[in-house]
Amino acid sequence: MMETILEIRQLKKTYPDGTEALKNINLSIKRGEFIVIIGPSGAGKSTFLRSINRLSEPTSGEIIFHGEDIVKANRAKLRKMRRNIGMIFQGFNLVKRLPTVRNVLHGKLGYMSTWKGALGLFNQEEVEEALSILERVGLEDQAFKRADELSGGQQQRVAIARAINQSPSIILADEPIASLDPNSSRVVMDYLQKACQEEGFTTIVNLHQVDFAKEYADRIVGIKNGEIYFDGPVKELSDDVIQSIYAKGKEAMPV
Amino acid sequence: MIKNKETYRQQKKVQNSIFTFLAFAFFIFSMLQLNIVPERIVRSIERLGYIFGNMFPPVTNEPVSLFTAAIESIQVAILGTILGVIISLFLAVLAAKNLTISPYLGYAIKGFAGFVRAVPALIWALLFIVAVGLGPTPGILALAINSIGMLVKVYGEALEEIDMGIVEALESAGASKVQVILQGVFPSVMKAFTAWSLFRLDVNIRYSAILGVVGAGGIGWELMKAAQMSRYDEALMVTIVIFGMVMSAEVLSEYMKKRANAASAQALN
Ligand SMILES: Nc1ncnc2c1ncn2[C@@H]1O[C@H](COP(=O)(O)OP(=O)(O)OP(=O)(O)O)[C@@H](O)[C@H]1O
Ligand SMILES: [Mg+2]
Repeated sequence: MMETILEIRQLKKTYPDGTEALKNINLSIKRGEFIVIIGPSGAGKSTFLRSINRLSEPTSGEIIFHGEDIVKANRAKLRKMRRNIGMIFQGFNLVKRLPTVRNVLHGKLGYMSTWKGALGLFNQEEVEEALSILERVGLEDQAFKRADELSGGQQQRVAIARAINQSPSIILADEPIASLDPNSSRVVMDYLQKACQEEGFTTIVNLHQVDFAKEYADRIVGIKNGEIYFDGPVKELSDDVIQSIYAKGKEAMPV
Repeated sequence: MIKNKETYRQQKKVQNSIFTFLAFAFFIFSMLQLNIVPERIVRSIERLGYIFGNMFPPVTNEPVSLFTAAIESIQVAILGTILGVIISLFLAVLAAKNLTISPYLGYAIKGFAGFVRAVPALIWALLFIVAVGLGPTPGILALAINSIGMLVKVYGEALEEIDMGIVEALESAGASKVQVILQGVFPSVMKAFTAWSLFRLDVNIRYSAILGVVGAGGIGWELMKAAQMSRYDEALMVTIVIFGMVMSAEVLSEYMKKRANAASAQALN
């Protein structure tokens, strides 16, 4: 039995406008799992992922990570805990005007003293490490190009490299392939999977392509109306279940 | 329908003629009130002719001091700009509503910048002369504070338009606020910031030529001296030098803008 790395208890998130995005989420995640979250638009997938590293502040509940509650952490503590949680976004979120390698180096900011990091005083060793990570995502010859000169798929691989450079134990990816074509999507998902296997990262990915979800996940979590609607291994995710996850309304009606 | 359109057009016509009449009446009233009567205009044209006649050929008795005064003006402009840019960078981050630590602080800084902007550079120079005495220092301070008024506004607007995804990405990696700003935000707005700063340098070089008139250092003082002694030929020479200064500043800042764009394409590595 693998140890539990992330334990989410009674997580609730109500936005200031009254939207109950997460109603009562309970989830226990084991080290090394590759979890894909699926669910209709507006179900609360992004809110859930962003609550874990508090880019979106939970309204209540507990998120126990490495034995400590993230929700209760103060600013300094939160910064430290975030180093251990890599995040990948739909829009890549690279600093477009900076070279690729600098974007990868940004993964180290949380480990540096404020001013050293702010002034970008990365040492030789850090630069070499960043370059070798770029090599692992197949981008060694793009290292000194400006990030916005790369294709979408390549930019997402840079974002993966940045997350790897954080040496995290968990990676959160919110629709990492939603703005990519099918080919680049596959390449990106393959690199993500490879990195997670090699490094032993626990991974939580939001996807809206069910076929991709089935292909890459160890475990699938279906979210609907801010609640967990399905949780289990890929083989238990039948077409009926998929249909009812994506069905409109609270009842399971065919689409 | 058509009738409505017709009446609307007529109304517009009446409105326009009322405005034209009022504007004309105000013009006449102002002329009379300021005592600008035709004979006066004729007399000042005569006087202009006299001054003009005495302007040529332009001369200078002290080429060295004229030259050093010109250099001083440029120095005042450059130092004022640098000081203004540094302070504005800092204030703009606190003023931008997507980056500020408190919205109230943001409003306060924007209000301060608005006020500073509303007061002309020459008035600031006079105030600083009272505070620190004659010379280039009040000039530098006046240009710095006047620059802040403008730069905080334009920098702030550029900052408010950034992609917040970059901020989220760096924060989620555990970066601190300062790191997010310097590593993520500033590189993203570098191009706009450089363009505005160079534009401001250009403006400041123009101002710095005038500041000397009130005693805040630089070439303006030479112009003042020549005019007071009715040495119009010397005044013309100073004017020519100022013209040369302003023109070369414009050419230079245009060149630097191009260079900066090329450099930001190469990025900071
Ligand atoms: N900042 C916000 N303020 C108010 N409501 C929000 C905010 N962000 C999201 N919501 C609402 O919360 C609910 C969940 O949104 P969320 O973005 O988490 O859904 P999602 O499952 O990621 O959807 P999608 O598949 O479209 O990305 C939606 O009803 C959404 O409108
Ligand atoms: Mg989403």
